[in-house]
Amino acid sequence: MSAPTTSGNHPPREQFSGQVGFILSAIGSAVGLGNIWRFPGVAYENGGGAFLIPYVIALLTAGIPILFLDYALGHRFRGGPPTVFRRVKRWLETLGWFQVMICFVIAIYYAAIIGWALSYFVYSFDLSWGDDTAGFFTGDYLQLSDTANGGAWFTLDFVPAVLIPLVLVWLAAIVVLVAGVAKGIQRANVVFLPLLVVAFGILVVRSLFLDGAVDGLNEFFTPNWTALGDPNVWIAAYSQIFFSLSVAFGIMITYASYRKRRANLTSPGLVVAFSNSGFELLAGIGVFSALGFLAHEQGVAVGDLEGISGPILSFVTFPAVVSQMPAGPLFGALFFGSLAMAGFTSLISILQVVSASFQEKFALRRQTAALWIGVVCAVLSVVGFSTTTGLFALDTIDNWSNNIGIVASAVLMCVFIVWALRRGPELRYHVNAISTFQVGRWWYACVGVIVPAVLAYMLVERIITLVEEPYEGYDPTYLLYVGWGTLVVLVVGAIALSLPRWRRDPEDFVAWPPFPSSSATTTSKEAAR
Amino acid sequence: MTTPAILLMILALLIVWGGLVVSILALRARPERDDLPPGGEDDTRDEGSVIVHDT
Repeated sequence: MSAPTTSGNHPPREQFSGQVGFILSAIGSAVGLGNIWRFPGVAYENGGGAFLIPYVIALLTAGIPILFLDYALGHRFRGGPPTVFRRVKRWLETLGWFQVMICFVIAIYYAAIIGWALSYFVYSFDLSWGDDTAGFFTGDYLQLSDTANGGAWFTLDFVPAVLIPLVLVWLAAIVVLVAGVAKGIQRANVVFLPLLVVAFGILVVRSLFLDGAVDGLNEFFTPNWTALGDPNVWIAAYSQIFFSLSVAFGIMITYASYRKRRANLTSPGLVVAFSNSGFELLAGIGVFSALGFLAHEQGVAVGDLEGISGPILSFVTFPAVVSQMPAGPLFGALFFGSLAMAGFTSLISILQVVSASFQEKFALRRQTAALWIGVVCAVLSVVGFSTTTGLFALDTIDNWSNNIGIVASAVLMCVFIVWALRRGPELRYHVNAISTFQVGRWWYACVGVIVPAVLAYMLVERIITLVEEPYEGYDPTYLLYVGWGTLVVLVVGAIALSLPRWRRDPEDFVAWPPFPSSSATTTSKEAAR
Repeated sequence: MTTPAILLMILALLIVWGGLVVSILALRARPERDDLPPGGEDDTRDEGSVIVHDT
């Protein structure tokens, strides 16, 4: 018997060519800039070695369960977030567009950071940054507006050194999107992910043998057990896992929709989740070995170093390390090349969410959607982030879209899917019916209680903090327009994009395998159990 | 390195990289289910092939 899956008025869905292509693409999406520059600093500041305990617990109770939720939604309902949520419940389409808007906003600034990495890749060859790496980054390279002395918060003074690599990043991204899932995204990941692992692996191994590396590792892994009693450490662990895995804002929903129907989901999901954490751990070892070396060279303790997280780690602290390393230009090129590759494979996954969603709702050809979305994003990206005020905008929009936008998206998704619409059993049945690793009832507790509770707490706490204190000491008016304004854009955009009618009825669709009714067969009941 | 730091490093590597190795081996041993429900076979296609319906 062949179960009906759709009516025939929809075009075929693109597919990853196989399991390996899907796994590499999903890992390429999950492994991004945050793995390299966020995890080591967060772990160090939240208990060092002791942080790894809440981190692993967060991976098992939040990261993997919500990854499975994304996979189940995308694979069962076969589409980008708006299609998927519309097929779950008509009025839920807006949540799908909210996720698309998050991807749209993130893409336009994320590309800028990849552009910076490309610039620094080139600068590595002659160590252009000199001795004052901080001054070079904000002064010579970004030509940052001096707001402390009356400089403007927003300008259209373009910086060619930032603009040119940014345009190149967008050209490459558009080419990949136009080429499609198998010939574009998958091919890019098949090339870049192994290259990234090899390049970063060489860097880490070299770092391990630098003078002072052991001190850095000691600092990174020495446990501060009292940290485990601090709720903020646990929140930091859940937050790190959540942001690192690229879950709950449409990427994994979209990628899973490009797997054939008769495809294993959970076992590849475990490979993706552990690969992502494995890479983070590798980054922690590499970064702290290098920081140990820098502290040794400067004659200070590792704990006294500043700039051990975020863009400052990558574009200020790491250049200082590279300058003092033997064969520094080579290792600088490896580091910034790794950063650019990790960022690019994540960028194309973010853009594919937007492209897929527009293709499906407005019945656009892939090439048309990719080209238009790429061009619009590129223009906004250049206008917003290749100027002398680009860093302020990037920092602010990143904070609001991640800490408010993505977290809210995850909470809403869990609450609506699990609690309001009670679709948990159907989704668990779906993954269990087709996958080799069976998901137990524990999954309901994770996606129905642990994830929304932890993330809702985090969301409320961050909103209160952002209301009470100006973020990074920035001008409150600027934060109102650019920070909270980002949130308004996300919500208004989501509502506006929900309004037009679909060019093809998304509800003209039957999910496979059929979720057993009360008269289910024994086999089906087993799978749902 | 201090003993607690070494132990924590080994523990973290065992859990995370060990988890990765085990999950890869499990996937290699059983890449797909061989008892899938009937149906769901109508969406496979190659790039450029004749269109068959899916979503």
